[in-house]
Amino acid sequence: MGVGALSVWEKSSTARVTAPARPRKLAKVPFVELADGRLQGVVSSGSDIGRVYVSSVAARTYAFACSTNNNRPCGGARGMFCKHIQALVAEAVLQYGAERVARYLAVEPPDGEPTAQSITGAMSAERPEKGDASAAAQVFSRFLRQLAYLEREPVTAPLPEMQWFPPTRAVA
Amino acid sequence: MVPPDAGGGLMRGDLLSDPVEGLDEALAVVDAFDEALVAGLLRPGPAQAAGVSGLAGAVAGTPLAARVAEAAEKAAAGTGGEDHFVALAAARSALLGSVHDALVQRIDEAVGRPVEGDETAGPEPLAAAPEEAANLLAAARSWLCDLARGGWRGLDHELVAGAAPVVAAMLPEPGMRRRAALLDGFAAELAASCPGATLERVPVRRWADLWSRALLLTVPGSAGAGAVGTVTGRLLPLGVDVQEHATAVQAQVHAVLEPAGGGAPRLVRASVSAPKPDTVVGAGLWQLLRPRMSLLGAVGEGRSAEVEAMPVTAEGDLLWDDALARTGEPADAFATARVMLSAATAARVEPLDRHPVRIAVPVLLEGYAAREGEDGLAFEVAGRLLAVDTDRMPAAGPLTPEAVAASHACVGLLRWDAGKFLLQPLAVETTVRKKTVAVHAGAWAGGTSDKAGVRAEKAATDAVAVLRERAGRLLRT
Ligand SMILES: [Zn+2]
Repeated sequence: MGVGALSVWEKSSTARVTAPARPRKLAKVPFVELADGRLQGVVSSGSDIGRVYVSSVAARTYAFACSTNNNRPCGGARGMFCKHIQALVAEAVLQYGAERVARYLAVEPPDGEPTAQSITGAMSAERPEKGDASAAAQVFSRFLRQLAYLEREPVTAPLPEMQWFPPTRAVA
Repeated sequence: MVPPDAGGGLMRGDLLSDPVEGLDEALAVVDAFDEALVAGLLRPGPAQAAGVSGLAGAVAGTPLAARVAEAAEKAAAGTGGEDHFVALAAARSALLGSVHDALVQRIDEAVGRPVEGDETAGPEPLAAAPEEAANLLAAARSWLCDLARGGWRGLDHELVAGAAPVVAAMLPEPGMRRRAALLDGFAAELAASCPGATLERVPVRRWADLWSRALLLTVPGSAGAGAVGTVTGRLLPLGVDVQEHATAVQAQVHAVLEPAGGGAPRLVRASVSAPKPDTVVGAGLWQLLRPRMSLLGAVGEGRSAEVEAMPVTAEGDLLWDDALARTGEPADAFATARVMLSAATAARVEPLDRHPVRIAVPVLLEGYAAREGEDGLAFEVAGRLLAVDTDRMPAAGPLTPEAVAASHACVGLLRWDAGKFLLQPLAVETTVRKKTVAVHAGAWAGGTSDKAGVRAEKAATDAVAVLRERAGRLLRT
């Protein structure tokens, strides 16, 4: 039949495709994701508890954007990464591991082993352009959607399909 | 009914490593179809057309034959409609159902366990889904069919994002949780794998499984699991199995039910699940689930529970309600396993739900030798190796791969994946300073005083507090 060449991983119903998030403190950066070809997330304002910034860095070009949830541009993100983007990279490294973040952004820090600092440094050295902030609304709404999950009651009717989602002890 | 080795719970390890007749043939048909989904069914080439037709050939002698033959013909020509894709998913599911049945039969022989009779009535047919739900199911189906046309290699963010509004609309509906949890987990995985064109490797069977499962669940009335009766008696926990993806978690307590007033003990499960933000992990999972099911606390303390008129499904799932249960006397999982497991009857999985991934049979193993090999840990049982899946043990618990490797008795779930049987440890007995000590994967389910556990609980409490604070400010503005 021309098949039979599938590997064990390809034939596994429970193959692990994504590693779970590592636990981290959420006060500064409550939401981080590697999605849509960007590292993006939500950063709490240090001065106004009602305000958050939606920040992002694109893979490969490192084009960056930062604006408030009300669509006002961030004053710190003019010609370079603002402190929100720096915090975003640092927390992404905690959540996903430096290697996965570096791989996703296509960053090769000069001194081998990536760290949050070397990833930010390597990207800054490329003098990235300011990117467009049009995806901010989508990122913010995904964050809100996840927050809303906390308000859903647990149920005790079995979810048989969760059998396809075993946990893993492996970290990202 | 009680086999001669009752109490010992010994397993015929040789039966688990012998080939199962017909398995390879059925799985080859599944693989060929699954590979067709990699490139997609928009413009199928000859190999894909063959993969789709193979499915029709394999169910030729069944009641599905005519519908699947038509579906395969259309799909192979690139003109498959939604009903055709559903028919193909049904055929694939029937094949994997037969694989499930063959494997379960082999396990029954190896474990020597009586099977519950089929005299129980089937679940009550659910009332027809309301119109709104029907719209949601149609939206899910349309998204899944687009996926099949584009194939895993054709994945892009725009396509994958189509699932988000469907999931968001399903979540508030408790009756839709099953579908929402599946679609959400599946879509998150696809999103993390975009663009499909540059993927290094594709989880071929897994995604075809999730796709066909989700598609079959778009048929109204498909997500049954209604109660068929109630049970009263003493519930003796064996252990806790946890499942999770980025935005959902489920804990299932496997237990032996000793019916009040006598009768054969039964294997049952009690489940609790919740959606969650992706940053709630580890001990945070227990914290989300604990308040909804007191049984988690009882398990953590090593106690039994008394249940009265607790609803139960045909598959042996208790529909847990704290008002119908109270925590009972201390109960040792190993004592339960040694005394009752081999005589406890197991319910069958409903025909539509049968798939090898559903196999999770509680077993007791003793007198094995732990072997660390290239493919990880294995127990040598009766001269054969049984792989041990330590990766499935929840991180927020005291049971570690090291403890399993040093153990001499194990209560676990017998599973099957990617061509072989596996043992998932739920608890082990090890010897510490000449004393036998039991370590349970779910020991922290109800909370813990363990130092590392307390730290994990605190971190999780803080994380959820931050998220709730953010939700309070941002969700209602
Ligand atoms: Zn900023």
